[in-house]
Amino acid sequence: MPTSPSDHPNRPEAGERAVSEVYDLAVVGAGPAGLAAAVTAAGLGLRCALLDAGPRPGGQYYRHPAPGLGAVHPERLHHGWAAFAALSSRLKVHTAAGRITYLTGHQVWTAERGEIWRLHATLGPEVGAHAVVRARTVLLATGAYERQLPFPGWTLPGVVTAGGAQAMLKSGLVLPGRRVVVAGSGPLLLAAASSLVSAGATVPAVVEATSYLHYAKGLPTLAANPAKLAEGAGHGATLLRHGVRLRRSSAVVEAHGTERVTAVTVARLDRDWRPVPGSERRIACDALAVGHGLLPQIELATELGARTRETPDGSVALAVDSGMRTSLAGLWAAGETCGVGGADLALAEGELAARVIAGRPVPPALRARRERRRAFAELMAAAHRPGPAWTEWLRPDTDVCRCEEVPAARIREAVEELGAGDARTVKLLTRAGMGWCQGRMCGPAVACLSGDDRPRADSRPLACPVPLAQLAGPEPS
Amino acid sequence: MLTRPPYDVVVVGAGVVGAACAYYATLAGLSVAVVDRGPVAGGTTGAGEGNLLVSDKEPGPELDLALLSTRLWGELAAEPGAAFGGEAGRGTGGGFGERIEYEAKGGLVVASGEPGMAALRAFAEGQRAAGVEAVEIAGERLYELEPHLAPGPAGGVHYPQDAQVQPALAAAHLLRAARSAGAELRLGETVTAVRTRPDGSVLGVTTDRGQIDVPAVVNAAGTWGGELARLAGVALPVLPRRGFVLVTEPLPRIVRHKVYAADYVADVASGSAALQTSAVVEGTPAGPVLIGASRERVGFDRTLSVEVLRRLAVQAAALFPVLAEVAVQRAYRGFRPYLPDHLPAIGADARLPGLYHACGHEGAGIGLAPATGLLISRQLTGKQPELDLSPFRADRFARS
Ligand SMILES: Cc1cc2nc3c(=O)[nH]c(=O)nc-3n(C[C@H](O)[C@H](O)[C@H](O)COP(=O)(O)OP(=O)(O)OC[C@H]3O[C@@H](n4cnc5c(N)ncnc54)[C@H](O)[C@@H]3O)c2cc1C
Ligand SMILES: Cc1cc2nc3c(=O)[nH]c(=O)nc-3n(C[C@H](O)[C@H](O)[C@H](O)COP(=O)(O)OP(=O)(O)OC[C@H]3O[C@@H](n4cnc5c(N)ncnc54)[C@H](O)[C@@H]3O)c2cc1C
Repeated sequence: MPTSPSDHPNRPEAGERAVSEVYDLAVVGAGPAGLAAAVTAAGLGLRCALLDAGPRPGGQYYRHPAPGLGAVHPERLHHGWAAFAALSSRLKVHTAAGRITYLTGHQVWTAERGEIWRLHATLGPEVGAHAVVRARTVLLATGAYERQLPFPGWTLPGVVTAGGAQAMLKSGLVLPGRRVVVAGSGPLLLAAASSLVSAGATVPAVVEATSYLHYAKGLPTLAANPAKLAEGAGHGATLLRHGVRLRRSSAVVEAHGTERVTAVTVARLDRDWRPVPGSERRIACDALAVGHGLLPQIELATELGARTRETPDGSVALAVDSGMRTSLAGLWAAGETCGVGGADLALAEGELAARVIAGRPVPPALRARRERRRAFAELMAAAHRPGPAWTEWLRPDTDVCRCEEVPAARIREAVEELGAGDARTVKLLTRAGMGWCQGRMCGPAVACLSGDDRPRADSRPLACPVPLAQLAGPEPS
Repeated sequence: MLTRPPYDVVVVGAGVVGAACAYYATLAGLSVAVVDRGPVAGGTTGAGEGNLLVSDKEPGPELDLALLSTRLWGELAAEPGAAFGGEAGRGTGGGFGERIEYEAKGGLVVASGEPGMAALRAFAEGQRAAGVEAVEIAGERLYELEPHLAPGPAGGVHYPQDAQVQPALAAAHLLRAARSAGAELRLGETVTAVRTRPDGSVLGVTTDRGQIDVPAVVNAAGTWGGELARLAGVALPVLPRRGFVLVTEPLPRIVRHKVYAADYVADVASGSAALQTSAVVEGTPAGPVLIGASRERVGFDRTLSVEVLRRLAVQAAALFPVLAEVAVQRAYRGFRPYLPDHLPAIGADARLPGLYHACGHEGAGIGLAPATGLLISRQLTGKQPELDLSPFRADRFARS
């Protein structure tokens, strides 16, 4: 959310020329993928609009403290800061030259297709804070959000998401606690733990649900991604130096505390992620950072009927061809929207998409880099797919949907006695997923409890809440 | 070898109408199976609102149906939970009405100017003669009923019989009650053919899982009722009529009744394919205010229409200016089962003995479900239905 007017150096006033023009390309999302795409396209002569809900470029990965916080060395929390610095300065050059219109604080709530696409964005609560951006092509680089799997105690203060912990650190330089257990599954855990210890927290354990044995199946892919391995090894080395233990095939099955989390119970898991009875042990802590990977944020495209695919970690991503085209004419996608895969992949895909949109050839090396990274991402995804028995962590009274306070028992009742067979019907019958987050938090858990084993895109005709006055207002010209 | 068919009747469709048919047929002693290709309430029932309105209906067959249904919804809601359908007392607790979020909150129709008020007054006069409770409210007294209403309306009519339910819960709990009385629910099963005997009567249905021999088939396939009729070899021109609903963030109770402007009635009755909107504004027990719903015939196009949302938002804010200050949290759309004369198809199909229709309720299927179910069960058991069913005959379109 915007914090001060100075955060919006390039936000044109409503009705200004910049908003009414038809761009060659509108990029939604200024994370690694969107940034790479916008600067590449602008460099190739396209007039671009770059929209992002946030106040600064960088997305999930290149988060950095607001200028006012006076951080001197944000790069210490980042790998690949140099790449970001290069992208940012290219963005500045193109913006100054009028080749990119960078629209911060613009959250897109719907896209209308056509020869000329129209993106509707909300800029805040004020009546007139509604913009429409018109463009001949659109690139969706809206990234991903965190997958959460509930467990008893997960709503206690002090329990944060792994990404949230990382984000707090990167953009606010605050720690979620002093003694932080990191748990869940996926490569983000190591990254988050390593940032936490570097910033001075104690991490009594990193608890990873998979055994990592799956990785062995993809040795050639691993060997082809040395940078990724080095990154993993880098986190590993940091953790080792701080004496942090990695517990594999284990999970936090309960968080304890009344006012706030004071301890967690960790249990060993079998192959299906079923807790092994008798293996429980308690670890004292004052915070828990938990994450189960990321889910592509793709409703702007799926609401228009774009084709999707199921990724090996059981999420739904946009289906794209080798030129990053979605199934809808004029709509491209890059980065996490095409399946979660990390910042390098997002950069490669953004650049590749921009070249294709500009009608330029794709250098073979770029294509190869993208394919290598994608293969690696799929391998990681397969390794970290939640095991089907994770639901055994739930107790009947565990809230699955925290917005609407719907416990597991109500969801099971809807399935077993009321005939719900999928997440949508569970939602209709229990209100799980109807709250402010629109099911982003409980969606995967609800789908799993409903026995619907084919993941599908959630229906969200509005990608975010929109002030009614803006819906009612005349369209900005 | 001759075996007795496993069921007396197969109901195709587990929406609210199919659920009501199954409920009343089971209550009447029949052995019932409900077949749906999706989950419970996966069709239009899960994509609409739950207004049970008499206020928007002019005197005639649909109003008679609505009045019967209003009474039946009230009776259903009064069922104590535990006594209703055996084990249904477990779980969420509360009576049936509470579980389906039944609220007899009443409707309020407001007219902006004097000419509109005169038309509304005449309309209400006719309704009163047909048995509707309709109380005229002078402009300045509207605020006693709805304190947040915009200033200026000439007046309105209060309809105490208007009520609401949560449609998906209503369908699910009717089916649960039917099941505990012996009905079978077969979800995820698609009817692919209706088989007939040489004499032209129904022999059974074929599904993607096999054949079911059954002497009676109820077409409760909603917006897809025309397709099901075609499978049986008869014509029924059901078309989709799209509607959008806006859902606000949860709010304290600022809207007490179902409130809409008098033009709504004209929109409902229109046969035009073009877009019509006239916002009906209502609160829900969970807090969000629902603003619905538009009407347009655009096939099964699911794409969000910014223009439709704009109109609904404008109209809602015109009725309740405070709504301009809230956030719309989500929107959804559904496809009403529309028949060209706006009346549903209910009852035995004279062209195909054994086939019964219970579909095409357009924007009133939640409201009209219990009456439809009861009337169908009367026919199935050879009893005299409460209402004359001839206006609802499925072959009425073929005649013209
Ligand atoms: C905690 C954490 C640690 C990570 N660590 C690593 C790591 O060590 N190594 C690695 O390779 N990767 C890491 N990643 C992953 C990396 O952040 C992502 O792969 C990368 O950011 C993906 O880039 P993207 O451009 O696809 O999306 P994002 O970076 O997610 O950017 C998406 C952007 O779109 C904007 N947006 C979304 N919806 C809208 C909308 N409707 N309207 C307008 N704007 C919108 C968002 O504001 C955001 O800025 C980490 C991620 C997290 C969360
Ligand atoms: C936006 C909107 C607002 C509305 N508001 C109201 C309101 O306030 N009050 C009101 O009374 N009504 C309202 N309605 C109308 C109401 O929702 C419908 O009239 C009602 O839901 C129809 O119910 P149904 O059971 O006939 O159909 P459905 O709920 O659509 O059920 C039909 C079922 O048949 C199944 N089916 C179809 N073909 C087959 C097959 N071959 N094999 C197996 N199964 C099959 C489908 O899967 C589906 O589940 C609204 C509708 C919309 C779209």
